Amino acid sequence: MLRVSGLQKSFVMHARGTVGDDLALPVLKHVGLDVRPGECLALVGPSGAGKSTLLRSLYGNYRPQAGSIQVRHRDDWVELVDAEPRVILDVRRHTMGFVSQFLRVIPRVGAVDVVAEPMVRLGADLTEALRKAEFLLGLLGIPERLWALPPATFSGGEQQRVNIARSLIADYPILLLDEPTASLDQANRDGVIDLIRQRREAGTAIVGIFHDVAAREAIATRLHNVALPTSQTGVAA
Amino acid sequence: MNSPLLSARGVTKRFGSRLACCNVSFDLWPGEVLGVVGESGSGKTTLLNCLAGRLAPEAGSVAYETASAGTVDVHCLSEARRRLLARTEWGFVNQDAREGLRMGVSAGANIGERLMAIGARHYGNIRQTASDWLDRVEIEADRLDDRPTTYSGGMRQRLQIARNLVSEPRLVFMDEPTGGLDVSVQARILDLLRGLVDRFHLSAVLVTHDLGVARLLTHRLMVMQGGVVVEEGLTDQVLDDPQHAYTQMLVASILPV
Amino acid sequence: MPDGAYNYAYLDEQTKRMIRRAILKAVAVPGYQVPFGGREMPLPYGWGTGGIQVTAAIIGQDDTLKVIDQGADDTTNAVSIRRFFARVADVDTTTRTEEATIIQTRHRVPETPLQEGQILVFQVPIPEPLRMLEPRETETRTLHALSEYGVMQVSLYESIARHGRIAKTYNYPVLVNGRYMMSPSPIPKFDNPKLDRNPALQLYGAGREKRIYAVPPYTPVKSLDFDDHPFEIETWEQCCALCGSKASFLDEMIVDDEGQRLFVCSDTDYCEERRK
Repeated sequence: MLRVSGLQKSFVMHARGTVGDDLALPVLKHVGLDVRPGECLALVGPSGAGKSTLLRSLYGNYRPQAGSIQVRHRDDWVELVDAEPRVILDVRRHTMGFVSQFLRVIPRVGAVDVVAEPMVRLGADLTEALRKAEFLLGLLGIPERLWALPPATFSGGEQQRVNIARSLIADYPILLLDEPTASLDQANRDGVIDLIRQRREAGTAIVGIFHDVAAREAIATRLHNVALPTSQTGVAA
Repeated sequence: MNSPLLSARGVTKRFGSRLACCNVSFDLWPGEVLGVVGESGSGKTTLLNCLAGRLAPEAGSVAYETASAGTVDVHCLSEARRRLLARTEWGFVNQDAREGLRMGVSAGANIGERLMAIGARHYGNIRQTASDWLDRVEIEADRLDDRPTTYSGGMRQRLQIARNLVSEPRLVFMDEPTGGLDVSVQARILDLLRGLVDRFHLSAVLVTHDLGVARLLTHRLMVMQGGVVVEEGLTDQVLDDPQHAYTQMLVASILPV
Repeated sequence: MPDGAYNYAYLDEQTKRMIRRAILKAVAVPGYQVPFGGREMPLPYGWGTGGIQVTAAIIGQDDTLKVIDQGADDTTNAVSIRRFFARVADVDTTTRTEEATIIQTRHRVPETPLQEGQILVFQVPIPEPLRMLEPRETETRTLHALSEYGVMQVSLYESIARHGRIAKTYNYPVLVNGRYMMSPSPIPKFDNPKLDRNPALQLYGAGREKRIYAVPPYTPVKSLDFDDHPFEIETWEQCCALCGSKASFLDEMIVDDEGQRLFVCSDTDYCEERRK
């Protein structure tokens, strides 16, 4: 589902004023990986090794300098590095979901609508999407009285679960997970792990970062080591 | 999805010796919302006016794929065709709602004008459509016969949006649609625009200096500095992984809440 | 013989030729406002300077002139304009609609149907029908050029929204020959149907704004409306107290201190003819 080779990413921080003071931070060097349907690849490595950067690059959020990210999209392989924005948007809409640690709240939109949105964008019937959104929110233990409220005022854990529900509603063939269980308590964490494992068993290809070892052991089928770049010149992002 | 809706190629406009926008090229695809960001004076609004046919560029072309008549060069059209396009297939939302509204006639007449301009002659139907749109932009139905002079700033802006969208345009130009409004009023308009863009599968070019607005509404961004596009890409790419020094500075300047 | 102190019909020949050229253009493009070099006339703006210049440019010694003001032949304005032309153009004058070859009018169209060969000259205060909606002259010209008349419909919409019906009763906008929006001058909308396919030539002169426009004989003139609010003319429950007409435009008169009212024909000639 996902093939990565020779991926390179460094951040260049431009200094105010003089050009010579620019700071280059190489993060990814020659990264390669391959994920098949039903597999869950867990990215492991020390803090600052670039796990999040890699995950964000896979989603097209960060722009790598070199290499290749190929995604199985609409029965075809699509190259994401240097792809046109609309190609990446289409891949995100149909193929690839992303669960970040933080929910980007949209003012005034209720939780259930936030969750239903990706499915509606795919052309699903609104009532059907809302029903599925409510089902997922219930499964993830969000109290019903909160469903209609905008998540801006929710607790961190609740926002995180809204975020997960939003990413799971559309049945993407590829899921990218950045600490999906980070701010959850034990009971909710088990619910999330169950849901993700069901997805994997249904054939979803997953790449994730799990600091929570129990979650990693429950979901991951393989580990991928992300090493610190040797030529590091500064503090990694 | 086989051809872009709007294609700009090398659009350049100068005011006297000052370069307002220089060699701007891009394709806007159906359903896309393109944000143009940059500080005041970076040429955003000039670019928007060139795209919308309100200003003639010195060099470059703007091609638009019409609904029925194929691709046209916006600046080679007769004024009649261009104005027809502007009130049927396009919308233009001004920062100052007073410029985009007829302040002397009721909200209903403001919304109905485009319909009447393209030949609607049934008062009852026009009024019903106007009323539906008032509801869509969350203005109470009993304000239909009130003049915009009695509206608040946020309501005026929503009325302007309704007035533009009533003809179900395919492409909307927006110049700082939430500029000068309270934050809570802004949020309502942004939410509304977001929903309408989705619902009517609108394409839009949105000029803003507010990166939060850009993040919320746009798919793609162009960052302008001194009339030049210094960076472009997916909105989250540009904002999360800015490459150009100017963009990095802009992103770093956002106030955290 | 005309008054020797002035050129025939008061205006000099060059001016009359200039006005005639404007009239020809106006006739060629029905409803289009043609600018002309309006002259100072021996009466103030608002008293019919535009109409007088048009009449002066077309009048000849064989013509018979009728002048009405609000339908009446005997008001000060009508009388003085009639006398003016009798003196400077040596023409016969009349109050009879059917005898006149030229009828200069302010705010009415005669009730008696006009014939081929007659010319109706309107005095126009504001020639631009879009003026109240769009103050910029450059913009109204563009709107005319592009036939963008949605804004006029907006004003009718607004009237219905505010009053439940199209409340405009005079100077009611019309579309001439399916092309140009035109102000019919402040005639009551009662007279609008008479403009449509009229056998007479209609000339409109605006002295202050220096515009001439025309509706040639038998040209379609449509009053704007909505499908569900069609154009309608005024009607009266009363008939004329003098001649008994039920088909003419009536003026309301207060006849005593008790507030007794009387409705009489606004067209004095029509009323008199019926009483003979």
